Amino acid sequence: MSKYLLDKFLYTVDRDQDLVERYREDPVGTVEWWEAEYANRILNCVDDERSTWLAFEEAEREALRTHDYPALFAMGAHPFLTLTLFIAMFERDHEGLGFQLEYARRLAHVEMPYPDIST
Amino acid sequence: MAELVAVIASTHHPFYYRASTSTGEDRPPFADEWVRKVEAFRETLTKARPDVLVMVGSDHFHQLWLDNMPQFLVGKAPFYDANWANEEREFGLPRMVLKGQEDLSAYVLREGLDAGFDLAFSNELRIDHSITCPIITLRPEADLPIVPVYTNIFAPPLPQPKRFVQLGRTIRELIESWPSDQRVAVIGTGHLSLELGGPRQFGPHGPDPEFDRKAVEWIAGGDIEQCLAEVSLESLHLPGNATHGFMDFMLMMGVAGDGRKADYVDTYDLFHTMEAYFTWYPEGGAR
Repeated sequence: MSKYLLDKFLYTVDRDQDLVERYREDPVGTVEWWEAEYANRILNCVDDERSTWLAFEEAEREALRTHDYPALFAMGAHPFLTLTLFIAMFERDHEGLGFQLEYARRLAHVEMPYPDIST
Repeated sequence: MAELVAVIASTHHPFYYRASTSTGEDRPPFADEWVRKVEAFRETLTKARPDVLVMVGSDHFHQLWLDNMPQFLVGKAPFYDANWANEEREFGLPRMVLKGQEDLSAYVLREGLDAGFDLAFSNELRIDHSITCPIITLRPEADLPIVPVYTNIFAPPLPQPKRFVQLGRTIRELIESWPSDQRVAVIGTGHLSLELGGPRQFGPHGPDPEFDRKAVEWIAGGDIEQCLAEVSLESLHLPGNATHGFMDFMLMMGVAGDGRKADYVDTYDLFHTMEAYFTWYPEGGAR
């Protein structure tokens, strides 16, 4: 499991409005591009000083490709990051708090304790 | 020495700004009462006549990230730009610039380190809604210099609850020993029960009204002992998955003092979360 990398995807996409739109419209292509080009960037370093070891596991890649936020929750992705990004992408398709309430409903099966979000 | 003139603990609800400024059909039905309560709360700060604000909050994965995550961080800069693109997008928050009180930041860092807190620091800190929400509610002129103090309530492993209380006590000692004639208020924001990105989010009330009732009792009564006896890093998962933000209220109880009853208490039961407002006057009564 690479919860850190899941969180890094959610964080870096959320803070770039162009990437938010790109991920909404083309999740498969965006995840492939991000893993190849972005996953190993250290955010406070120049591009030449990259990490060499970060990669998704297939289940993580698939959850991101399919916008499957219940799966991300189950994997221990940080719920604040997931919620913030998915609101940015999909709140516009619903009235009022409709998306937030649908989000809660899709997680209604979850029992305590919730998945560990430690990285 | 500096004088601690007010200690204020509050929730930081990012929807307040939009609710309070919206008009006509866009104005939610709970806005008028919310504004009334916030304006009454604001008066508790105004009448303390502070010169400087020490602002306790928590970065929500804006500038602080998992590759370099401090537990407690003090800003030391002449200015702080504020609010982030995703807060403009989701909450409609405005961009702001606040002045910094650098000499107090330097004092808190030096003396805090020597008092046993290995505080991180930042010389260029863009602050987020955990600090700007109380500026908007309590000091909308945004005219006073600040010292931002960030705590990690967000990215485990977190410090223990007792550490938040201890830091609060230390912040008070440092302010009261700061060689200055300034009048200082400490304002800290956190949460009662809160769920974000989970099945209990955005319900008609906070996710755990019973926790909220007890939490308000602990804070209002200054009951640090009972609060520490009932609250742990593990137990805070139960009222809602973002309830660790309550530890910033515990920090503020540490600033206010053991057994010190709040001089002003108000709450407002909203959808999603309960609002809670507390003010203490260390010398008793506003002057």
